[in-house]
Amino acid sequence: MHELPVMQSILTIVLKHAAMHRMKKIHAINLSVGTLSDLEAEWMQRYFDHLSAGTVAEGARLKIEWVPAVLSCEACGEHFEIDKTKLGGITCPACGQKKFSLVSGKEYHIKDMEAE
Amino acid sequence: MSEIRLIEIKEEILSDNKKDADTLRKKLKDQKTFLLNLMSSPGAGKTTLILKTIEHLKTRFRIGVLEADIDSMVDAEKVAAAGIPAVQIRTGGFCHLDATMVMKGLNAFDLSSLDLVIIENVGNLVCPAEFDTGAVKNAMILSVPEGDDKPLKYPLMFSICDVLLVNKIDYLSISDFDMKALHERARTLNPGITIIETSGKTGAGIDAWAQWLAKETHTFIT
Repeated sequence: MHELPVMQSILTIVLKHAAMHRMKKIHAINLSVGTLSDLEAEWMQRYFDHLSAGTVAEGARLKIEWVPAVLSCEACGEHFEIDKTKLGGITCPACGQKKFSLVSGKEYHIKDMEAE
Repeated sequence: MSEIRLIEIKEEILSDNKKDADTLRKKLKDQKTFLLNLMSSPGAGKTTLILKTIEHLKTRFRIGVLEADIDSMVDAEKVAAAGIPAVQIRTGGFCHLDATMVMKGLNAFDLSSLDLVIIENVGNLVCPAEFDTGAVKNAMILSVPEGDDKPLKYPLMFSICDVLLVNKIDYLSISDFDMKALHERARTLNPGITIIETSGKTGAGIDAWAQWLAKETHTFIT
């Protein structure tokens, strides 16, 4: 459900940049999204197409780079990727400790766009 | 013919909402009102917990409740019956609250006469996790009947909360809910999270929760 306001926010930002650079057509938008988010690429595109109709972003393709969930071990600093469907009993692959902080996986970022 | 160019953007997608949320937090700090965002799935026990919290803290703090509901007034009426100012935001099908909606809702209160406002967010573990409401702290309830696997399905929600209330622990004896696994899963995503086991029915753990909230409120408003 929340794809709609998220897509609206993306559209507002890219239209602002398109106007700043006097672009007439946006072909693609490059996003980085953390895998911990519940967004689905197919629905993002559908909602975006609906909202962008009649703007310079109409027909733009969303290219999503999915950023993996990465933990950092608080004991030794090792970074490692985790599978969000298996969160129990995780230990650091380098030192075996069990205290971590989340380094990535919550990204919600527009990197750039291809436009003319 | 014009050429296709790569234009750098480098912006956070929900940066506008984040800005509004930061503005709201600053305003709350100036006005000395603590704002708690309470989230859970439907039926986890948010309203009951709020009523119990009011019972515990109403002599110590001046409390208000901001109720978000897709299309009803039921929860706000229950809170108002407890003698607490309640404002209902009907989200009209919207699945979450954002900072602007919360700001509008808060305008219906006289904030200078309140120490603590609790937001009862829309019952949903997905969308509310994405939108900063401007609250000072985020809390969520997971009830035992929902199962210990929820951090695997809704990791973002568990990763953004300061406190997790595991509610309806009176159901544990008739359930295969694995409390240890739940703690581990939640802490993997969010090592700093405070976990309190509660029962709205028996009152277990409500003291500990009320103490946590009282301490946070006191620290923020003094």
